[in-house]
Amino acid sequence: MQYLPNMFFALALIVGIGFFVMNIRKLFRNIKLGKDVNRTDKKPERLKNMIKIALGQSKMVRRPLSGFLHIIVYVGFVIINIEVLEIIIDGLFGTHRIFQGFLGDGFYGFLIATFEILATLVFVAVTVFWLRRNIANIKRFLSKEMKGWPKNDGNNILYFEMVLMSLFLIMNATDISFQQAGVGNPISQFLTPLFNSFSPEAIHTIERTTWWIHILGILVFLNYLYYSKHLHILLAFPNTYFANLNPKGQFTNLESVTNEVKLMMDPDADPYAMPEEGAEETVPEKFGASDVADLNWVQLLNAYTCTECGRCTSACPANLTGKELSPRKIMMDTRDRLEEVGKNIDANGGTFKDDGKQLLNDYISPEELWACTSCNACVEECPVNIDPLSIIMDMRRYLVMEESAAPQELNMMMTNIENNGAPWQYNQQDRLNWANEE
Amino acid sequence: MNVPTMADMMAQGKQPEVLFWVGAAGSYDDRAKKISRAFVKILHQANVDFAVLGTEESSTGDAAKRAGNEFLFQMQAMMNIEVLNGYEVKKIVTCDPHSFNTLKNEYPSLGGKYEVFHHTQFLQNLISEGRLKIDNTTLKGKRVTFHDPCYLGRANEVYESPRNLIKRLGVNLTEMKRNKSTALCCGAGGAQMFKDAEKGDKEINVLRTEEALETKPQIIATGCPYCNTMMTDGIKFKEKEAEVLVKDIAELIAEANNL
Ligand code: SF4
Ligand code: SF4
Repeated sequence: MQYLPNMFFALALIVGIGFFVMNIRKLFRNIKLGKDVNRTDKKPERLKNMIKIALGQSKMVRRPLSGFLHIIVYVGFVIINIEVLEIIIDGLFGTHRIFQGFLGDGFYGFLIATFEILATLVFVAVTVFWLRRNIANIKRFLSKEMKGWPKNDGNNILYFEMVLMSLFLIMNATDISFQQAGVGNPISQFLTPLFNSFSPEAIHTIERTTWWIHILGILVFLNYLYYSKHLHILLAFPNTYFANLNPKGQFTNLESVTNEVKLMMDPDADPYAMPEEGAEETVPEKFGASDVADLNWVQLLNAYTCTECGRCTSACPANLTGKELSPRKIMMDTRDRLEEVGKNIDANGGTFKDDGKQLLNDYISPEELWACTSCNACVEECPVNIDPLSIIMDMRRYLVMEESAAPQELNMMMTNIENNGAPWQYNQQDRLNWANEE
Repeated sequence: MNVPTMADMMAQGKQPEVLFWVGAAGSYDDRAKKISRAFVKILHQANVDFAVLGTEESSTGDAAKRAGNEFLFQMQAMMNIEVLNGYEVKKIVTCDPHSFNTLKNEYPSLGGKYEVFHHTQFLQNLISEGRLKIDNTTLKGKRVTFHDPCYLGRANEVYESPRNLIKRLGVNLTEMKRNKSTALCCGAGGAQMFKDAEKGDKEINVLRTEEALETKPQIIATGCPYCNTMMTDGIKFKEKEAEVLVKDIAELIAEANNL
């Protein structure tokens, strides 16, 4: 009987972590549904980006208030994990505040005091976040795509953090021996009087209960990540590492197209030639993207990393002028569709069964895609280096090269380029006339 | 106006210092042609040995590529590369940030590797080499604001050379609320220039013009023929043609130097 709590703890830990690992493997599998793209070059530069942007939060502070609050929550999160380590050891071995003996009252007190102050700051920051989301009229939190789950998700995370921080403080406040030691309790000492009327047994029960809910809460939160925009706390790191390092204006040159164009332009090529005997049967390549599997894995990683903050959308000229396009929605749609495809694969024993749906039309409309000016404001703005524009471009490529579904005026423009070497209908022979006018 | 072509040069057995890539807008658009001419005047003043492709130049394919037509883009690119490489071109300058971006970033992997400059970078170099001087009295004290073209700014992180040139004019440069990396697009990029905008509640160029007007400028300086058109239209829409001019930096320099 004596070991029952330890065993229960171990079980909770195994289930909690096991479930998490299972979901992470699913995450990997889904991301790998994307096409290959090489992002293993320039390692030092990639590492530097990751350290600066994900660890150092350098792009967050472009908006000073939310940036500052975010840094508090972030630092709080990282540091309080040290506390979780102690909880895990205590839970498994039935010890109590094992680090206290280990580190000595002084240092341990200093650590826990830091946690308490951080927990309080986090609580305040999270409350301000909640007010910004729900009370202040901030446009990017009120967009169409933020109704329903995305809105609740954002709030759930905030409630989680509020509860976890409170539990941590109450747990310390009701830990009689800890309070008696009188170190590391700069905040919780003010909560202790609240429990003065309770019997020592009741106080102990409260301490144990909050301890348990705290650690179980953390395990639940860990598993909530996969279903939430909060996944960015993990994925921001790989996402910034693998982000595009080329100039933002440099779009990929589709290699499959290069091969065909070379063939077309080669006067010696015989267009009716049969493939050589024994030559590998080349699968006709699909140009551009109509569904998630046509995107590359970095784009899919982007989709899982998106925190739905809407900084991209609030910088998007198309969105600012009331057009349908929202780069955030592009990312959210991509993730939703990818999740749908993943579930489809799970339900069909590991292979995707056509569900008659795709990212294009069922999630993202051509109208959204055609509203983009390719200005890169969204890419510049994203605090975790997501590139919504690359998805928009790949889908445009599909519309034009597979479906010939460009707006009529663009078709005319392209015909002009083809026939006259200019987007307008002028004669190429007049191309130097400008020099002799005036 | 004396604008030598690569073909002329070749016939004389000469290789110019730099190729001026005029671009479709700079060749055909009435407003943009003025920018091309202003730039040529400056090149002449600085004694730059340059040439254009003339009738051998074709669209870079930028608009086709951003519209999603990778086929057409690559065909254009390969044709242009064949011509450029045929003339052994090493250095290119252009007044069009779209051509600049495409030639600089997207041509290399198709076999076209050149040193590419935006005209503001090129002029900036001429100044630091002491080959060009800008008269800072003609436009002295005018209130000027600069609109960053997306394909020069965010796309290639060129923010300073246009500003340095403007400052040399002796004018009073004021920044819009959104500038440099946070600048708002004029609305022309991504092939939007060639079609009507999707429905919304405002045109992008009008919004950008409003942002420019907030700085109470006498001149809106641009570094892109498409931005120039967009901002000019915006000014017309706001009925401010009488008070506010939209000018390319090359035009401002030509004017300052009385060319
Ligand atoms: S690149 Fe497109 S989606 Fe991104 S901000 Fe510009 S217009 Fe909006
Ligand atoms: S793409 Fe980036 S900026 Fe846009 S909502 Fe997602 S995380 Fe925020």
